[in-house]
Amino acid sequence: MTGLTAAQPGMRVLQRNLWVYRRTWRGSIFTSFLTPILFLLAMGLGLGALVNQGAGAGGFGGVTYLAFLAPGLMAGSAMQTAAFESSFPIMARIQWRRNYEAMLATPLRVRDLLVGELGYIGFRLLTTAGVFFLVMLAFGVVRSPLAPLSVPAAVLTGYAFSPLIVAFSATQKGDTTGFNMLFRFVIMPLYLFSGSFFPIEQLPGALQALAWLTPLYNGVALTRGLVLGTAEPLTAMAHTAVLVAYAGLGLALARRNLGRRMVG
Amino acid sequence: MAAVPFAPVSHPSAASLISARGLTKRFGDFTAVDAIDFDVAPGESFGFLGPNGAGKTSTMRMIGCVSPISGGTLRVLGLDPAADGRRIRAQLGVVPQQDNLDTELTVRENLLIYARYFEIGGPDARRRADELLEFVQLADRAESEVEPLSGGLKRRLTIARALINEPTLILLDEPTTGLDPQARHLLWERLYQLKRRGATLVLTTHYMDEAEQLCDRLVVMDQAKIVAEGSPRELIERHVTREVLELRLPADDQAPLDGRFDGLEPLVERVEQRPDRVLLYTSDGEAAVERIHERGVRPESALIRRASLEDVFLRLTGRTLVD
Ligand SMILES: Nc1ncnc2c1ncn2[C@@H]1O[C@H](COP(=O)(O)OP(=O)(O)O)[C@@H](O)[C@H]1O
Ligand SMILES: [Mg+2]
Repeated sequence: MTGLTAAQPGMRVLQRNLWVYRRTWRGSIFTSFLTPILFLLAMGLGLGALVNQGAGAGGFGGVTYLAFLAPGLMAGSAMQTAAFESSFPIMARIQWRRNYEAMLATPLRVRDLLVGELGYIGFRLLTTAGVFFLVMLAFGVVRSPLAPLSVPAAVLTGYAFSPLIVAFSATQKGDTTGFNMLFRFVIMPLYLFSGSFFPIEQLPGALQALAWLTPLYNGVALTRGLVLGTAEPLTAMAHTAVLVAYAGLGLALARRNLGRRMVG
Repeated sequence: MAAVPFAPVSHPSAASLISARGLTKRFGDFTAVDAIDFDVAPGESFGFLGPNGAGKTSTMRMIGCVSPISGGTLRVLGLDPAADGRRIRAQLGVVPQQDNLDTELTVRENLLIYARYFEIGGPDARRRADELLEFVQLADRAESEVEPLSGGLKRRLTIARALINEPTLILLDEPTTGLDPQARHLLWERLYQLKRRGATLVLTTHYMDEAEQLCDRLVVMDQAKIVAEGSPRELIERHVTREVLELRLPADDQAPLDGRFDGLEPLVERVEQRPDRVLLYTSDGEAAVERIHERGVRPESALIRRASLEDVFLRLTGRTLVD
């Protein structure tokens, strides 16, 4: 037993999830990798042809619609991956399959469960964002030497959601109503209106201000700035700070809620 | 610290593995475990016998260091669960009331990953997993998924999993509830093997036959309190007679007893009327049958049996264990 493994019991939970993933990854290819790419092709190329004619590239900061859309989708997909992985599977491990109960009967603690789960979600975010980045490279969308930083930016975007949604999942009593509401009334509107598909300047003023506060808008703006080379250091730092703040808040709430749920 | 209300434990020289004084668990205003005292000695098989809702699981979860105590003191392996939960859990084997196997992994993977949770890895974990699969007779199902296993096989796997860290203390919460008789007997036999090898078992059950089979010593729990303590034999001797005569009266003869069974002392110590039968607690069933025949009572059937823990429970609480 090395010092590192002794200090990182959460890695055991990550390992468990990776064992399961080793068996199930094929099933996740479509939703995690292919769907965002199909979206990119259909909208970026198909719809983009019309959009570029109409608005002209000027509407998208001097780039094609495909180039505008791609980093937005990268961040949006990160949110969706994070939201999915932090909801139903967590509920399953709390209540439907009772994995956490089994884990907490060992030396593992609630904080170790969180470290493991967030580590696994990080792995999922990193692989999906990484593949998406390669696709962007292939389509010639990438225009900045800083562009590879869009991968950690997308991961951070996912992390702005993941712990908050884990915290929410820990309060759910085993039926899926809460999750359906979450996806319908939070995740889907954010996905559509946070600047992934069109600039938020198109939104009415009040909604624009609201969008500013959302984690996804900040994630999209950060990712896009890095891919297209338009990022200003100060704004990029502000976006990062917002994302980190959401992640930190989520972490505190997740720890509290999961503790209350599992240790009673 | 409250005085020990019971006889000293059977190994007076050995330090207790579990020691509880005034142990209490509250959920809001509701008291699930109400100031109970008990000690468990090394090598002993100790049981909590009681009906659903008595507070057995709540007690086990406090011992298992997953549920903070609300009052009293609790020491497990000489340590305080509030301060040393991780260290205690590292030496426990826990079989929960409800199966929580990892249904996304195979039978063997369940043992290997559980070993990892205890920081046991590599060849050690594999050797231990194989030994345990042999021990619970699941070696031929090692690569199987968990979901298709029968309830009895899942239970056996859960027991194997609880042994992966070579625990000092094994906690079993209703280990055979819901299993068919054959599966129960196999489990009892395995648990008996563990006991023979010197393991310390703490188990809960609402089956008196399970308590009689497996427990050296037990406490009877009812409504959050301990109502009696002793070995199965002691409890029966202390609270009921050696034999019970069960009479079924004809359907048209459910009238009050009308004193028909009065004045049979000392042969019959106590008469208990249940909805469908009359129980006569007696030192000599045969003699009791003769006496009631002399009185002209003509039951549909008369059964003489040994008194059991069920009778102890009925005596102490006025209710049956399994309703
Ligand atoms: N988490 C909880 N919150 C509120 N009440 C609980 C909780 N857990 C158990 N109880 C209540 O405590 C009592 C004892 O439960 P339990 O310890 O599970 O009994 P047993 O295992 O003997 O059936 C029951 O009335 C049960 O409803
Ligand atoms: Mg119970």
